[in-house]
This record gives sequence, structure tokens and C-alpha cells, in this order.
Amino acid sequence: MTKFLALRDAVAENLHDGDAVAFEGFSHLIPTAAAHEAIRQGFRDLTLIRMTPDLIYDQMIGMGMARKLVFSYIGNPGVGLLRRARDSIENGWPNVIEIEEHSHAALVNAYEAAAAGLPCAVFRGYRGTELPSVNPNIKWITCPFTGEILAAVPSLRPDVTFIHAQKANRKGDVLVEGIIGIQKEAVLAAKRAVVTVEEVVDDFDDLHPNLTVLPNWTISAISVVPGGSHPSYTHGYYGRDNAAYREWDDIAADRERFQQWMQENVIEAGPDVFAERVTELRGVA
Amino acid sequence: MSGFSPDEMMTIAASRTLKSEDVCFVGIGAPSAACNVARLTHAPGITLFYESGTIGTAPDVLPLSIGDGELCDTAVTTVSVPEMFRYWLQGGRVTIGFLGAAQLDKFGNLNTTVIGDYAHPKTRLPGGGGAPEIATSSGEVYITVAQSKRAMVEKIDFFTTFGHGEGGNHRQRLGIGTAGPTLLITDLAIWKPDPVTKEFTVVSLHPRVTRDQVQETCGWAVKFSEELTETAAPTEIELSTLRDLRARTAEAHKRRIAADKKESKNG
Repeated sequence: MTKFLALRDAVAENLHDGDAVAFEGFSHLIPTAAAHEAIRQGFRDLTLIRMTPDLIYDQMIGMGMARKLVFSYIGNPGVGLLRRARDSIENGWPNVIEIEEHSHAALVNAYEAAAAGLPCAVFRGYRGTELPSVNPNIKWITCPFTGEILAAVPSLRPDVTFIHAQKANRKGDVLVEGIIGIQKEAVLAAKRAVVTVEEVVDDFDDLHPNLTVLPNWTISAISVVPGGSHPSYTHGYYGRDNAAYREWDDIAADRERFQQWMQENVIEAGPDVFAERVTELRGVA
Repeated sequence: MSGFSPDEMMTIAASRTLKSEDVCFVGIGAPSAACNVARLTHAPGITLFYESGTIGTAPDVLPLSIGDGELCDTAVTTVSVPEMFRYWLQGGRVTIGFLGAAQLDKFGNLNTTVIGDYAHPKTRLPGGGGAPEIATSSGEVYITVAQSKRAMVEKIDFFTTFGHGEGGNHRQRLGIGTAGPTLLITDLAIWKPDPVTKEFTVVSLHPRVTRDQVQETCGWAVKFSEELTETAAPTEIELSTLRDLRARTAEAHKRRIAADKKESKNG
């Protein structure tokens, strides 16, 4: 059964040094507030898992929290490259990180396999690419019925997954809608799951029966953080802050400017700042 | 139509290659603009997929990311990302995968992973994302890229996404049954693979472009078709459609103006 906690407590109870952690969100519903709380609490030696590491993993890598990165697309969507992640991979600053690189198809299959309780995922992929030569976790398996050679990757089972969602009801069931991405699979794949939500409503009685709802007993903790996915967006609540994604490219270009920005906007801030940050983006979701 | 930029010609030439009955998996950037110009002009029935799970989307402005809310708002349906890759792409529903690339070679192999050595890269690029499987599961692949010696190289630094490999029947030898790259649209020309060698060959030069210009901006020795033609210049309607789309997009991506626009749309 889930519990409603302040973000600080939800993160402290569920994330530990050395954990394999996924902060998932596919452009939409990125759990930025939860990631910033993790940064404030200063975790170390994390294995960061995500299909599309964007600003939050750039920030966590730049703050020296990552030991390893598992990913399939490491960019600032529509803007360019991630400069802190590049600095780590290219120059070892602030530390060298190990990388395990996949394609999107591989990671969605790997999360789904973990949610389904399987040890590995089998799919038609990676044919002709060079990724298997740099990632020993990509192997081949022969279909016992047709003889077709298929790709196999281990299932992806995070110690803890963080996601952001539209709302919870009072019982702690969680609704995710819009671009639902990989959130459901990432929650069901993980040993523990923490969800930040925009709001809590009395019940879900008036909802369509086929919406994506995660029952309260699949979630370890819920924190209410309005605006908690900024500069990503929450469908039905506020729009994507495209300007912030562009600005990040400049901020992250310089080590000192990055550190100063993190100090002012993350270390010395708290979850309450997120509501303010989305004020003028409300109504454009 | 008198004035148009090479980039506009590239986008419009790419848009013309798409048909109403196509089901197209759209890469972000240049492919996204081309696919939406096609939808707004001669191919209104085209089904556009973005890897965020949006199927049959019809955005009013171009998305900055593959997961912008606009794509979901205007889609026929939005599915999870695993469903997108498993049922719709791997399941064989996509007729055309439309990709861009940081680096490509004459056989349409793409690199979006690293410049330099993988373990110690000079530049770490974003990686493959959806492209490795889009390129092998889509019926065929169209590629669009602006020509430069940096982008069009004799040998790519990393095989992120397989095109025709070493050429010839390399795809078949790997058991890949789909056609692979069948079209390359650049800002200077339209290219198609040679039927036997699979090397990209220039079949049409854009207006006012010379063979020398194509060669000067390409890192391999360019082959030209014996039946070389000239690409038709953009029409008034193609150009105004593209420019309007880009103007709306630029406005929407500015924070404040985005809020104002929604108010007027609601009002």
C-alpha cells in the first residue's frame, strides 16, 4: 500500500547510494522535481537508467552522482547534445562513467520483460548495427520454431523508478495520460516506485475505464508537487518550456556556470519552486 | 517561384516523395518538416507516427521534441512506447521510415553515435534512439541531410543504423527482408541507390545546382545517373505552406507567445 509523503521523505526512504534508478518520462512527464530532490540529498554511485536521459541526467552526471549510465538516446530533444554528459564521457569530468548503450526498441522490450517477470527480452533488432560490439549485454537467440535469429537483452529491473503523473486519488491510485511513454512498464519493472503528482482528487469514478491507472499497491510513495515535471510538461496542466531546454544548452556549456546554476536553482531551492515555474505555461498543455 | 533557399528546396523535395497512403515513422528535424508539408499539401491522408507513441498525428506546429503535447492532442490515438516499437514498427505496419543523420556513407549507413573512437570519442552524439530498428523494420527508408563533407563521408565512424552495409545484397545476407534506404534527399540533389551496387547515385539536381557543387560538398566520389534530371522548383503553395509552418513553429516555441496563442485559440 502506498503512502503520501513529502518529496524529501519519499526520496530519502526509497533511494540509496549505489542504487540502479530510473527517472522515466518520454519528453512528457519527466520527474524533474524528484531528480532535483535526489541531487539535494547528494546520492553517489548511482546507475542511472533511462531511454532518453535529458536535462535531469545531464545535471546528475554533472554533479558527480553517476557511476554508470544505461540509455538509448542521450540528447537535448530538438536542441542538440547534452554537454555535461559529454564532458563526462569525453573528458572524465567530474568523473568517468561507465556506459551501457542500447536502442529504444531494446530498452522498451527490457522494461516490459522485467514487468512481465522474464529474465530477458527477445525482439527483432540490432541487425547490422555496431552496438553489439560495444555492449556485451546485446546477444543473439535462435527462435526454436522458425530458426530466425533475434536480438536478446537482459530485462531491466531498477531498484527504484521515479515518475511524474497527472493525479492520484485519495486511496493513492495514480492516473497517467497523454504520451504515456514507458512509465507503466518502468514502475512495474522496479522493486520500488515513487510518483510525484500534480494534485490529489477524491476518486477516479468519472474516468474512462481503460485509462492508464497504477493501483496504489504498485507504488511505494506519492508526493504532491505541482509543476513537478518542469521544464517538461504535464498534459492537461501546463505546456513544455521549450525556451528552458534551449537555455540549458548555454548553461551546461560551461562548468562554472553549470555549478552556479545548480547551486541557485536546485541546491538552494525546494519542491515549492516548481508551481511558480509553470505559472505562465498553464493553459498551453 | 523565384526565391527559395537550398534548405527549403530540400524539405519540399522530400515532402513530394510521400503519398497519402503512406504510414511514415518520422524522425525529428528535417524529416518532421517534410512530412508535415506533405500532409498539408498533396498527401492529406498520410499517417504520421512519432516514436513517442502518437499515431496519425497532425500537428499545427512542428514539435521541438518527439514527445510534444501537440502531437498527442492531434493524434488518432496515443499508445505506449513499447507498443509503438513492438506492434506498430516491429509488427510491420510502417511503410516509410524517414531519418536524418549526423554522418552517412554512400550506402546509406548512418552514424549518430560518436565522432572518433567509441571508447574515447572526440564528440559523443546522442546515439541511435529509435533509428536502428526503424531502418530495418520499416518497408523502406528515406534519408534527408544537408550536404557537407562532415556529414557525407567515405567511412562513417560508427555503424549506428544499417543501410546497405557494404552494398549489393548485404541486407539479404543479414536476413533483413525490408528494402532499406531507397531515397536520399539533400539540399542540392535527389539520390537513389544503384539497383545492383546500392551506392547512392544522383538522379536529379535541384534548380541552379551544378555537378561540381554536389561533389564539393560530398566526401565520396559522386556518381551521377545517365538520365540526370532537374528537380522542379518549389511551387507557390509548397513554399507558403512550409514558411507558414515554420513561422507558426517559431512563435509557439517562444514561451510567452505560446501562452498568448492558446488564449486567442480558446477565446
